[in-house]
Amino acid sequence: MSILDSKIPEGPIAEKWTNHKNRLKLVAPNNRPKIDVIVVGTGLAGASAAASLGEMGYNVKAFCFQDSPRRAHSIAAQGGINAAKNYQNDGDSIYRLFYDTIKGGDYRAREANVYRLAEVSGNIIDQCVAQGVPFAREYGGMLDNRSFGGVQVQRTFYAAGQTGQQLLLGAYSALSRQIGLGRVQMLNRHEMLDLVLVDGKARGIIARNLVNGEIERHSAHAVVLASGGYGNVYFLSTNAMGSNVTAAWKAHKKGAYFANPCYVQIHPTCIPVHGTNQSKLTLMSESLRNSGRIWVPKKKEDAEAIRAGQLKPTQIAEEDRDYYLERRYPAFGNLVPRDVASRAAKERCDAGFGIEANDTNEGVYLDFASEIKAKGKQAAFAQGDHDPSEEKTIELGKKWVEEKYGNLFQMYEKITDENPYETPMKIYPAVHYTMGGLWVDYNLQSTIPGCFVAGEANFSDHGANRLGASALMQGLADGYFVIPYTVSNYLADEIRTGKIPTDSPEFDEAEKKVKDLIQKFLTNNGSKSVDHFHKKLGLIMWNKVGMARSEQGLNEAIQEISALRDEFYKDVYVPGNADELNPELEKALRVADFLELGQLMARDALQRKESCGGHFREEYQDAEGETLRDDENFKFAAAWEYKGMDINQSELHKEDLKYEYIKIAARNYK
Amino acid sequence: MASKFINITLKIWRQKNSQAKGSMETYKLDHVSTDSSFLEMLDQLNEQLINERKEPIAFDHDCREGICGMCSLYINGRAHGPDTGITTCQLHMRMFKDGDTIYVEPWRSAAFPVIKDLVVDRSAFDRIQQAGGFVSVNTSGRTIDANSIPVPKTDADKAFEAAACIGCGACVATCKNGSAMLFVGAKVSQYALLPQGKVEAKNRVLNMVRQMDEEGFGNCTNTGACEIECPKGISLENIARMNREFLTAALSNED
Repeated sequence: MSILDSKIPEGPIAEKWTNHKNRLKLVAPNNRPKIDVIVVGTGLAGASAAASLGEMGYNVKAFCFQDSPRRAHSIAAQGGINAAKNYQNDGDSIYRLFYDTIKGGDYRAREANVYRLAEVSGNIIDQCVAQGVPFAREYGGMLDNRSFGGVQVQRTFYAAGQTGQQLLLGAYSALSRQIGLGRVQMLNRHEMLDLVLVDGKARGIIARNLVNGEIERHSAHAVVLASGGYGNVYFLSTNAMGSNVTAAWKAHKKGAYFANPCYVQIHPTCIPVHGTNQSKLTLMSESLRNSGRIWVPKKKEDAEAIRAGQLKPTQIAEEDRDYYLERRYPAFGNLVPRDVASRAAKERCDAGFGIEANDTNEGVYLDFASEIKAKGKQAAFAQGDHDPSEEKTIELGKKWVEEKYGNLFQMYEKITDENPYETPMKIYPAVHYTMGGLWVDYNLQSTIPGCFVAGEANFSDHGANRLGASALMQGLADGYFVIPYTVSNYLADEIRTGKIPTDSPEFDEAEKKVKDLIQKFLTNNGSKSVDHFHKKLGLIMWNKVGMARSEQGLNEAIQEISALRDEFYKDVYVPGNADELNPELEKALRVADFLELGQLMARDALQRKESCGGHFREEYQDAEGETLRDDENFKFAAAWEYKGMDINQSELHKEDLKYEYIKIAARNYK
Repeated sequence: MASKFINITLKIWRQKNSQAKGSMETYKLDHVSTDSSFLEMLDQLNEQLINERKEPIAFDHDCREGICGMCSLYINGRAHGPDTGITTCQLHMRMFKDGDTIYVEPWRSAAFPVIKDLVVDRSAFDRIQQAGGFVSVNTSGRTIDANSIPVPKTDADKAFEAAACIGCGACVATCKNGSAMLFVGAKVSQYALLPQGKVEAKNRVLNMVRQMDEEGFGNCTNTGACEIECPKGISLENIARMNREFLTAALSNED
């Protein structure tokens, strides 16, 4: 039934990308200035794509809703970026990175794309170092590495707990260079509100200037969407407040299929929820699981006493602690993949062992005491002291921890008012990343010709679960090393097209629709704020389309979101005017799209009658609570075609996933 | 940590747009959790204003975890408020007492014009970066292997500490001269400390300083307020390094 053509090149997997690149069409340098390209979003994928396309000589317009491209949410990624460099000589290779990523994704990603990602991973590090990205180094001057979840090698490059920041500033510097040279026109504080199609091809966008409210038409020969993920559909997530699905969703409504929307990554180590006015959740990097041990009390009465404030975690004896990840998954221990770690935390808290005194008692400990002792002892030995006192050991150990994770510890202390050097961190899973996104072929082109999708906004590389430190890798791989080739191939047929006019009926219609919706919100005169509805949607999503899903819950979610959406359009109040900076209007336009997406996520979760990666259906688990995948019936990417506001009309297209180079097997981290 | 609730009075700068004349307005806000961040408190105030059919207060913010650099705010006369080493989004209401009056203003600098209320235009920083804050290397991925040039750990660490700047503009806002030298010094230093950045070091510092002057930022008189208010603890050493770089470049410039 599939009409999806993934355009995977022929030939052995290790040669596909090279052969494909050799066959792609080129645009001669003298023709490139005649061609316009729009890039929406300036995170790792967008900034790197815009910089590369500008450098090649195309006329690039880049858009971001923030006040500067440097603010995009890639900046918040903490832990690191993977690359198969094997600098640590621990047996790493392109194949292993490929294999780990496919397995980590629970065998729901496309082999050819993932192999290419692993193949170019080394170039990313070379490129970034050449740009002056200050990665962490060892005393010999070589790059340092650490380990992340779901792997048994050290391939993660990092810059303290601010790797995303350093990589984004690297891409931003490349982008800034092109802006300075006049090759890229940067439009800050602009939000894309529709994609414009002419003769079935993506030919431009409608954007709102967020400062003066003007609705602008921008035409191009191709549009690259790098607008990030949709985790904010849950209201509370680790995403930035402005992160939204609007650009991708508008493309979906214009014909781009949306793939695997139900694959959401719930990150195991975030600071637990504290109250109803909370606006976002803060991640504590996965890198902390290199050094921290996760536990809850073995006895329920201890957990109760801790919640009541009668016991402190440091008073619980070693034998009364349940290091449940080490117990259940001895081979990977605290470094199991994120989905596994998150579900295990939920399982313990649901069973009554949670330690946080919030409404749901949801919280577990991440404890650094063992590591502080071990590293302190090591440091003392290195100083020639082979019998250090306990005080000295702990002092040196804290210093070691501070050097590795100082900024994370400080961040934790500022938020919680507790000192994690002295008492274990309290953590709990939170929505973090979305593996689903617009369906793309091998060329990263969506089902709309000329509409390309890069980074978290597409669905391509992480299957049902993303491994830590792989999002940064994918963003830069797409932007620097894939998009420039594949977009050029598409544009080779556009050299005779000429400038795309913006006075066509297609632009007229798209602009009118945007203006009408804005007018509708501003004159709605309802009684409740946008946040009121967003929070309600978030609760439905978290409770019924969150860490554990069931047929009944998902059906209820679809009904409840329908009702909420009706209420939203009837009763939302948006203050202010159209022709000014109006943050409430911006939020209303975004939440309107989340209210549609949420339903599609539930529908997708409903059809996927199996558990895999971040998608856990309560009906499909084994006796030990592990996921039960159904490869016979669900070894496909689910690509949804939009058919109107009634979600039941959305049509499912299946892309069968073929595993030729990796033997598909049950995921085992035990 | 037991959460408490406090009642506060806010005096907030309101300004319709860049042309309009602004003024301080007074708001009362009750039942603020001390576990809330400062921006969550402003969310709560905005929710109250919306319910009263008044216009909410515009302020910049995005990541809310102290790294994007989008939030600003001059709180009780200090950039990012009465705590050190943090951005406004990391400032928590436990820093305030029941009954407090809190003054909230936008960044104050001629080079950062107000757009609306507490939102200012910091695009001058982008233009300084565009003038030279990069290494001129194409994005082909066909560079040399990342480990082929060893970089001493101390240099790499110093470069990282300079590169940790989030471009929030607190240094400018807190400086009596409205100087951007901590921001520019950090960028110049990051590249000057690394072998990859040394090749273009002279042009870079000349171009970035020229753009900084053109944007209307003031000069540095070594007061050091910027270093104290910088949420990322960027050191004054970076300004000294930039001055050395600038002097060397200006004296030996062949153009």
